[in-house]
Amino acid sequence: MASLELGQDIADPLRIDAPYEADAPLNKHRRRFRWGRGAILIITAAYFVVPFYAGMEYSLQRPTGGFSLTPLSQIGSAPGFVSALWLSTQLAVITMLVVMALMVPTVIYVHLRLPRFRRVMEVITIFPIIIPPIAYSVGVLEAAPQWLRNSQYLLAIVYVILAMPYVYRSLDSGLGALDVKTLVEASRSLGSSWLMTIWRVLVPNLRAALMSASVLTLALVFGEFTIANVDNWQTIPVWIYLAPTDNPRINTLVAMIALLATAVVLILIVSLDRSQSRNSRRSR
Amino acid sequence: MTLVTDTSTPSSAEVRPDSGAPVVFDNVTRRFGTTTALDRFSLDIAPGELIALLGPSGCGKTTALRVLAGFERPDNGRILVDDKDVSTVPAQHRNMGMVFQSYSLFPNMNASDNVAFGLQIRHQRSSQRRAKAGELLDLVGLADQLAKYPHQMSGGQQQRVALARALAIEPRVLLLDEPLSALDAKVRAELRDQIRAIQQRLEITTVFVTHDQEEAMSMADRVCVMSRGHLEQVATPSVLYSQPATPFVGQFVGVSSRIAVTRQSDHVEVLGRQVKIRGDLSQVPAGDLEALLRPEDFDVIVNPVGLGIVNHRSFLGATTRLGIGIGGANLRVDVRSSQAENIDVGTRVDVSVNARDVLVTTPQPSK
Repeated sequence: MASLELGQDIADPLRIDAPYEADAPLNKHRRRFRWGRGAILIITAAYFVVPFYAGMEYSLQRPTGGFSLTPLSQIGSAPGFVSALWLSTQLAVITMLVVMALMVPTVIYVHLRLPRFRRVMEVITIFPIIIPPIAYSVGVLEAAPQWLRNSQYLLAIVYVILAMPYVYRSLDSGLGALDVKTLVEASRSLGSSWLMTIWRVLVPNLRAALMSASVLTLALVFGEFTIANVDNWQTIPVWIYLAPTDNPRINTLVAMIALLATAVVLILIVSLDRSQSRNSRRSR
Repeated sequence: MTLVTDTSTPSSAEVRPDSGAPVVFDNVTRRFGTTTALDRFSLDIAPGELIALLGPSGCGKTTALRVLAGFERPDNGRILVDDKDVSTVPAQHRNMGMVFQSYSLFPNMNASDNVAFGLQIRHQRSSQRRAKAGELLDLVGLADQLAKYPHQMSGGQQQRVALARALAIEPRVLLLDEPLSALDAKVRAELRDQIRAIQQRLEITTVFVTHDQEEAMSMADRVCVMSRGHLEQVATPSVLYSQPATPFVGQFVGVSSRIAVTRQSDHVEVLGRQVKIRGDLSQVPAGDLEALLRPEDFDVIVNPVGLGIVNHRSFLGATTRLGIGIGGANLRVDVRSSQAENIDVGTRVDVSVNARDVLVTTPQPSK
């Protein structure tokens, strides 16, 4: 039979005896490339670290000279801080829940049933970044029913739209690392319903993507200023800018802490995402 | 990798799903847009039988399997399992275990949890699930890999876990969608034997899709050869090879050489010898035809003034395959390797036909 045929020639026997020196130019190139990469890394790090260091220095410096951690203990008692933190937390939780409930089934459906629609989805989900925040603020306020206009839920709805590009891309990339069609069919052939398949098979394998989407949403809600300010909601960014504290160093310190916390969480997510992608690739 | 399970000896893993269920494809048609993937496809599969769907890419074999699994709905026709029409029954209610070509283990679950997944869906108690998963992993030779995650296992191990997972739900029918094609040759041969041994022991009706004829011929009770959505022939491997019903089967299964012939009553003359035409003569047109001959249908003798010239030589182990140009035809001929020692490329030979009858077909248009 055809599949039993032997006697194929080695395609390129010369490759086996290729001289070792052939690698030398490549190594040189690699060395140069590493230097370039290192320089870019240092410049990028400086771009983030220098302002952060300046902000922390300004916040923790005593007027008389030297540094003190006293401003840290004053954050909690700063007027309006707790209520702003509570409002931002509520908005973040609501936004995360709503955007996940909408986007997880949507992205799974697009991957399974409308793979050709992925490009269109990418374009559609980029709109919230293109449209200026002030347009949302005015537009959504006009379109919203009266009972919703004075509620923080209206702000959460706007944030759901703003978070869509980040959440879509995170989930799309997470699902792209999985053989979704086969996993779904395997699950269904074993007797699992659609809901059970999403909950037991897909969502656990999207853990890193979901965490990444959640943190990006959290960062967005905790960093968005324009719309909250125009709608007169004192969220954390608005508080940082407008809080009537007698010590502006505290406002700066809160901003720096928020920045640091976001950076740490993002680094953790990138590490988790890498590990998950590696595992998914190996098991495919 | 060594398979350690002795599948011939009964163990505690008796996953006997009331033996197999009979399966019937009754005039099934499935179209995708303007393409007809399955065209009035009919096939009866006996309980406990392993049937291989074999054919080239795009012949409809995977569509047939997916229609049976419930992942595709037939546009026309019916699927009967245990004499019940399941054509509109969703996949999750068909109770069919399936092993996929790509490793389909759930990456978030270890081997034991993967196998127990279907049992959890069926609300079995945790202790029962664990025990059964252990038994099945033992059956496929992975008793020591219970806690391993898919990314910690080789491709062959993952496919064996997938097989255990498919068997765990005690399926009425086992569906295998090219489960060996992603594995290397040695693992493929081992797993092939293991699947066959387990299937025979559990007497489970099994449909196995493959494009590898060696796999189909060595594993299946019967092989169903498909082409362009049609069933060409369904028969035991030996009948399929020795008595192909259609020229497509004759060419697709095994290796064959085409020789131009002219019909003379109930026979044709091939390389100077009268050979009977095989099959229904009323279906054979008169005039110019081509005879299809297997590599073992020829005898070769070295002759310095012979009409044939050896133009290719491949060592296959016990036999050596020769390419011989003769009278405008290029024949593929198998000879014993000991006999082939003195036959090199360029050697002149005499070739004769030893077949009792031949399959003839209309001439293939020259490319």
